[in-house]
Amino acid sequence: MRFVDEYRDPERILRAAAEVKRRATRAWRIMEVCGGQTHTILASGLDQLLEGSVELLHGPGCPVCVTSVETLDRALALAARSDVTLVSFGDMLRVPGSHGDLFGARARGADVRVVYSPLDALELAVKRPQREIVFLAVGFETTAPAVASAIQSARKRDVANFSVLVAHVRVPPALIAIRSSPDCRVDAFLAAGHVCTVMGTSEYEPIARELSLPIVVTGFEPLDLLQGTALAVEQLERGEARVDIQYRRAVRPEGNVHARALVREIFEVVDRPWRGIGVVPGGGLALSPSYADFDAELRFPERAASAPQEPGVCRAGDVLRGALRPPECAAFGRSCTPERPLGAPMVSSEGACAAYFRYRLADVSSEGAP
Amino acid sequence: MEWRSGWSGCARGRADVCLAVPGRILDVGDEHGLRTARVDFGGVRKSVCVETVPEAGAGDWVLVHAGFALQVLDEVAAREVLAWVHGDGSRP
Repeated sequence: MRFVDEYRDPERILRAAAEVKRRATRAWRIMEVCGGQTHTILASGLDQLLEGSVELLHGPGCPVCVTSVETLDRALALAARSDVTLVSFGDMLRVPGSHGDLFGARARGADVRVVYSPLDALELAVKRPQREIVFLAVGFETTAPAVASAIQSARKRDVANFSVLVAHVRVPPALIAIRSSPDCRVDAFLAAGHVCTVMGTSEYEPIARELSLPIVVTGFEPLDLLQGTALAVEQLERGEARVDIQYRRAVRPEGNVHARALVREIFEVVDRPWRGIGVVPGGGLALSPSYADFDAELRFPERAASAPQEPGVCRAGDVLRGALRPPECAAFGRSCTPERPLGAPMVSSEGACAAYFRYRLADVSSEGAP
Repeated sequence: MEWRSGWSGCARGRADVCLAVPGRILDVGDEHGLRTARVDFGGVRKSVCVETVPEAGAGDWVLVHAGFALQVLDEVAAREVLAWVHGDGSRP
């Protein structure tokens, strides 16, 4: 058992796809809300295998993509300070703010660095006490425990030159926001497995019940996604709406109670603007008042010089709500590419536009390029 | 030992914000006051914070995200997914 390869076996995938098709009596529309799942679907051609039976819609499953322009502009303003080293995950560096991205800031001399773990950012602060280390914390609930652990550790070790610009987002309120939007086409959700590894399923039960919507907590390998889809189809066919867990090897109904307690100690739930969706009530995490001394927004007065601006032609908002498939955007693959992205979904290795660009550009071109 | 990153066929490194990768714990110790394990990812060894999986010990498979173990993987449940497609097509 290696927990990866077994779930990518072509023969098993074909059998599982046949099983989904056997169960579906109409073309159900099922949305996944994790960019990792989006990439698996496109890389393995699951959407094509299920064509005619199930339409897979891609939701706002990429924390990098939904990080607001305001937050990016704030990060750019902080990076411009000569005493600040701005640290984040790699994908954040190429997301366009109102005027340029963090890579551009680095090219102009700003000290901007990439880490694999928030704990690495903390070690950087310990090693370089003369610098102010600001960690731009993006991510779903999956990432929050690691960031919380770094902050708690900074407090215990008395690391005064470490602070965090918190842009964490929470998935359940976004499901409600998507389902409530007038152009919603979703019959069921595949919930992001790793978010629920941490948080469990308790927040999803009332959503499934009140919105009459099947929710299946699903893993990231092709076989996981097909089994999750099969479970969602089964509920839809029977007129049921509850939370099922497909990803049982990693998700317990209660989540990881230790990680949840850590997150609860360091953070509090706040309203947060999601790029493309608007302000999501309860859609974010911010530092709790007892950890306010680690809040970069309070530590530094820097604000962006001008009001945030979205790139005009980019339709990232429609893509993130599942209302538009990336190839339907006029800029896709033409004025917008991973090398020169107009919007975040084309930047991130989890973004839906980047996934279509990587795995489906040939199909799109052959449909008749201009 | 063969190593495939969490994402096969991807030339760029994926330090993604929701990717978590299974690895096997070699041993558990302490680093800067945090419970930290050496974890083997098919030949690549990395330090991983196991502060919130207190039950995890040497030999256990953990799911790791951003240098942080999120959960101990359940082998029985892992095999059930595979059994689903080899069964009679009944409910997984």
